[in-house]
Amino acid sequence: MPAERARVPDDAAVVIRGLNKTYASGFRALHAVDLDIRRGEIFALLGPNGAGKTTLISIVCGIVHPTAGEVRVNGWDIRRDWRRTRALIGLVPQELTSDAFETVWNTVSFSRGLFGKAPDPAHIERVLRDLTLWDKRDSQMKALSGGMKRRVLIAKALAHEPEVLFLDEPTAGVDVELRREMWALVHALRHQGVTVILTTHYIEEAEEMADRVAVINNGEIVVVDDKRALMEQLGRKQLTLHLQTPLAHIPEALSRHELALDDDGHTLVYTFATRDERTGVTTLLHDLAAADIHFRDLDTRQSTLEDIFVDLVRDAR
Amino acid sequence: MNLHAVRAIFMFEMARTFRTLTQSILAPVVTTSLYFVVFGAAIGARITEMDGVSYGAFIVPGLIMLLVLTQSVSNASFGIYMPKFVGTIYEVLSAPVSYLEVVMGYVGAAAAKSVMLGLIALATASLFVPLEIAHPLWMLLFLVLTAVTFSLIGFIIGIWADDFERLGLVPLLVITPLAFLGGTFYTIDMLPPAWQTISMFNPVLYLISGFRWSFYESGDVSVAASLAVVASFLAFALALVWLIFRTGWRLRD
Ligand SMILES: Nc1ncnc2c1ncn2[C@@H]1O[C@H](COP(=O)(O)OP(=O)(O)OP(=O)(O)O)[C@@H](O)[C@H]1O
Ligand SMILES: [Mg+2]
Repeated sequence: MPAERARVPDDAAVVIRGLNKTYASGFRALHAVDLDIRRGEIFALLGPNGAGKTTLISIVCGIVHPTAGEVRVNGWDIRRDWRRTRALIGLVPQELTSDAFETVWNTVSFSRGLFGKAPDPAHIERVLRDLTLWDKRDSQMKALSGGMKRRVLIAKALAHEPEVLFLDEPTAGVDVELRREMWALVHALRHQGVTVILTTHYIEEAEEMADRVAVINNGEIVVVDDKRALMEQLGRKQLTLHLQTPLAHIPEALSRHELALDDDGHTLVYTFATRDERTGVTTLLHDLAAADIHFRDLDTRQSTLEDIFVDLVRDAR
Repeated sequence: MNLHAVRAIFMFEMARTFRTLTQSILAPVVTTSLYFVVFGAAIGARITEMDGVSYGAFIVPGLIMLLVLTQSVSNASFGIYMPKFVGTIYEVLSAPVSYLEVVMGYVGAAAAKSVMLGLIALATASLFVPLEIAHPLWMLLFLVLTAVTFSLIGFIIGIWADDFERLGLVPLLVITPLAFLGGTFYTIDMLPPAWQTISMFNPVLYLISGFRWSFYESGDVSVAASLAVVASFLAFALALVWLIFRTGWRLRD
């Protein structure tokens, strides 16, 4: 069959249209998923357990058959031009799997060959050094710690110089230090022009790394947006006022504000949406002064992606 | 054709063999020696000649076939079952490799290993009995065809099996009986007529007969019949593999 490359925007790395997946068991894991992932961006896929993140990735990588819909990688169709698309993709799976008796060097070199590339020891060495695995190159996989095994899986995924890298929960069960290393690595890859798509349960991870975020729940994409826009749009701020004298109840004069009394009447909490033109902070402070309520201190807190995520998932239920 | 991938899979599987080289070599040497002690020496002392050769020499081709057959099945089934079991199969499934290339890599490696083992067993046998091989090239051809055919069958078993029990089931219930009833230790004209007829339906009989012919120019059936059966058996295994992969059976959800 002649290869046919769709006319997609030049900056589209992965284009997904109307993707559905129903497993043989009859379970519908994905429903009408549309997604555009731009070349060179770091894209985070967020969702609770069983949302369909791994299923989505597995379909793009060719491990799971789609039930319906279309997926293109760099413009190539994953079914018609599977050789091309798969050669472009690297995958670090969620589960830590490895050949226990194989050495690091052999297993990484194997991956390169499997993906159709001629041996290139210099490249393998570079990848191993980048992942601080060089000293372990002759170790058997079974002798490595969990964190090192994960790094080997990343090395395997990078062995054939992919343009699109999928990281399925790269930092699950990884200590803080290694997580920071992982983040640094992802940023370095982006600098080399690699598109990175990662799934995670850790909101802070998406917040730290991603350019754009999609939230998936029950097999449906709930929202896709620029991380900052998402936080601004859906973000809420809380203004906490620590009172000089505790209040028994919220005075009538303040009833038009969305207030809550906390900490046995010692703090007054005001919640407002950051996207609103008028946040109401000024009038609140004015009303407080008029009601002769004084505060010792105040602080504000921006809602995190985590709060947003919890809201979204709850709303979708 | 992604030849780098075929090579990578083949080398990876061979590395598995060479990692356990001592075991790999020791197994055929020990089994062959045991058979010689029990059958060649004990029984051979009473049966002096079969088909014009000493009993010890008579059983050599059958023994080697037995070994190649069982090794092919177990190596190939294990080779593809393990990645499924451990989970590393994800990489093969996500790689730009066709099913044909996967088969070439795994089956090629399993077959290569069994041919190697067969030759080691042959060398061991030559320590016990003086061997003459009338048609060495035919001998090699039968050896390779058998190794490839049964590696394909092992591969199918490995794909089909969901657990270790199933992995051992077919070899135990089908392959080993067929191999033992395939005329390793006797010629079929020594059997009662009914069993002779039944034996003619055993493909392994044709394998062993053809293989023995390449040594001593005599067999239970004609060499042409042997070759035809081996070839159709190979075609059957290939068709089965093709069918399995055409339906995407049991590898991709
Ligand atoms: N092979 C399968 N057969 C049937 N159902 C499956 C299969 N694989 C996954 N599922 C179901 O599909 C749903 C989505 O699973 P998936 O692994 O994609 O979720 P996930 O978002 O990656 O979850 P997690 O965060 O726990 O990794 C789950 O309900 C799961 O039980
Ligand atoms: Mg998952």
